[in-house]
Amino acid sequence: MSPTAALSIVTRGLNLWYGSFQALIDVSIGIRERQITSLIGPSGCGKTTLLRCFNRINERFSYVRTTGEIEVLGQSILAPEVSLIELRKAVGMVFQRPNPLPISVYENVVFGLRVHSRRSELRRSELDQAVETALTEVGLWKDLKDRLGARATTLQLEQQQKLCIARLLPLKPEVILMDEPCSALDVEATRAIEELMFTLRERYTIVIVTHNMAQARRASDECIFMLLGEVVEHSPTADLFLNPRKEKTADYIEGRYG
Amino acid sequence: MDAIAPPVTRFARTPGVARRERLQAVAKWVFFTMALAMIVPLVAIVVYLLVQAAPSLNWEFLVEVPKKGMREGGIWPAFVGTLYLVAISLAIAAPIGVLAAIYLNEYSRESWFNRVINLAVINLAGVPSIVHALFGLGAFVYAARFGYSIISASLTLAIMTLPVIIASTREALASVPMSFREACWNVGATRWQTIRAVVLPNSISGILTGVILQVSRAAGETAPIMFTGAVFFKAVQRGDWFPYRLGDQCMALSMHLYTVSTQVPNVRESIPYATAVVLLGSVLLVNATAIAVRVWLRGRKKW
Ligand SMILES: Nc1ncnc2c1ncn2[C@@H]1O[C@H](COP(=O)(O)OP(=O)(O)OP(=O)(O)O)[C@@H](O)[C@H]1O
Ligand SMILES: [Mg+2]
Repeated sequence: MSPTAALSIVTRGLNLWYGSFQALIDVSIGIRERQITSLIGPSGCGKTTLLRCFNRINERFSYVRTTGEIEVLGQSILAPEVSLIELRKAVGMVFQRPNPLPISVYENVVFGLRVHSRRSELRRSELDQAVETALTEVGLWKDLKDRLGARATTLQLEQQQKLCIARLLPLKPEVILMDEPCSALDVEATRAIEELMFTLRERYTIVIVTHNMAQARRASDECIFMLLGEVVEHSPTADLFLNPRKEKTADYIEGRYG
Repeated sequence: MDAIAPPVTRFARTPGVARRERLQAVAKWVFFTMALAMIVPLVAIVVYLLVQAAPSLNWEFLVEVPKKGMREGGIWPAFVGTLYLVAISLAIAAPIGVLAAIYLNEYSRESWFNRVINLAVINLAGVPSIVHALFGLGAFVYAARFGYSIISASLTLAIMTLPVIIASTREALASVPMSFREACWNVGATRWQTIRAVVLPNSISGILTGVILQVSRAAGETAPIMFTGAVFFKAVQRGDWFPYRLGDQCMALSMHLYTVSTQVPNVRESIPYATAVVLLGSVLLVNATAIAVRVWLRGRKKW
């Protein structure tokens, strides 16, 4: 891991309240470009909340209030001139339960393109090409190339989750956020998704929330350990697991709570 | 001498368990009887109606106009009148109700405005139809100067069905999983794109069902139209599909049923029953269509 790698996401003094409950407290972190950073910590510590700040999807609740700064790719995303639509194009999200739309595999992959272009601008050949590229990138092309018309909700869970990742790719995102992407999957499928993350790392910055300590250890370059809304420790994965700097981190990775 | 121990059965029924099983059997029968008690009157009513109506039930009865002071003949003007009232009132209430529900469910955030509207919808849905009738009389017949007319009656029916359409549409929209919307927002779709691409296609069957079920309500109500635009009698050509204009008063099945049952002496006995059968039959036909549409649309959505 090169220490000179640029930062994709930077937060400074980020606080977030759900009503009167403060879910994030003074979070200041820098997430490196083209690395896999995992967010770990016990249930309810604010991992999902932090992740959802990065594409501002939290804001659909009117009672959410945010202060501080979040920069994505050098741009402060809380600035009024930032368009959520453009932001979400660049920062895609994968959810805990695979959530393909109840339309065909093909339409799922091109959904983002259709959303961002007029109908007349899209040529069939471009769409076909985008589908092939995206599905190849997530390793689904071979399995699904003859079933592009199949309803996406009928696929196996692993394929659904890969499809949800593929759906982001035609928009050429820079950052992919994953919220416990493997918790609904079995061991084999989990391994497949982790391998996929490794190949995607060459092109995208990946932030993954996980409950699974072993997964954080296997699959991430850096780890951020959170507790009760605060960032306790942010180090390269090997350091965090072998020589944690904080006592609380040591307690957590040894399974003393969470 | 050793007594041979009686064979001990494991898992044997203890008295307590036996008592609970008896109770369970009784409970099941009580519930079954209640379910039966609900069906029996329904079947009885329909059969009774059909038997009583039989002498008058034929095609002529539907397309013929009433004769001899409604003591003979058919019900065509009332049938067409009801069609007009229901169609026009739904043409007004359905778009407004569905669009309002989409706004409330998809756009508005938790706020006092939203809460007030919610409260209004719930309360309006519970207002008795006679009150709607009075409102329609004041608002449309007098204040808006539409007079006693099809348009006044249809507007009154629309006001009456609107809250229910809003409520049922919201329910249909809310049944679309949140994860679909999140999937859309996360590739940068606007709310409207999300609604059009995902929310509506997956809730349309529920929305249509809710709207169509209001047909039976609109067709069955008497008070709101009696106060605002329905009349006892209107001279109309036999089988004429366009006997009324919007500003005219019209006849209607529910009103006609009331008239021939209570206001006209010496009506042929089967006529009120046959009128009821036509009303019931039309409503059931529409409801059956609603079910068919829903099944058809359901077959296309799976998640
Ligand atoms: N929409 C919401 N409204 C109010 N409070 C919320 C909301 N979402 C989360 N919270 C609260 O904020 C805190 C952090 O929640 P968050 O979902 O970010 O935790 P998490 O670390 O992702 O937990 P988990 O590991 O269980 O997914 C929790 O205490 C939770 O109760
Ligand atoms: Mg979470």
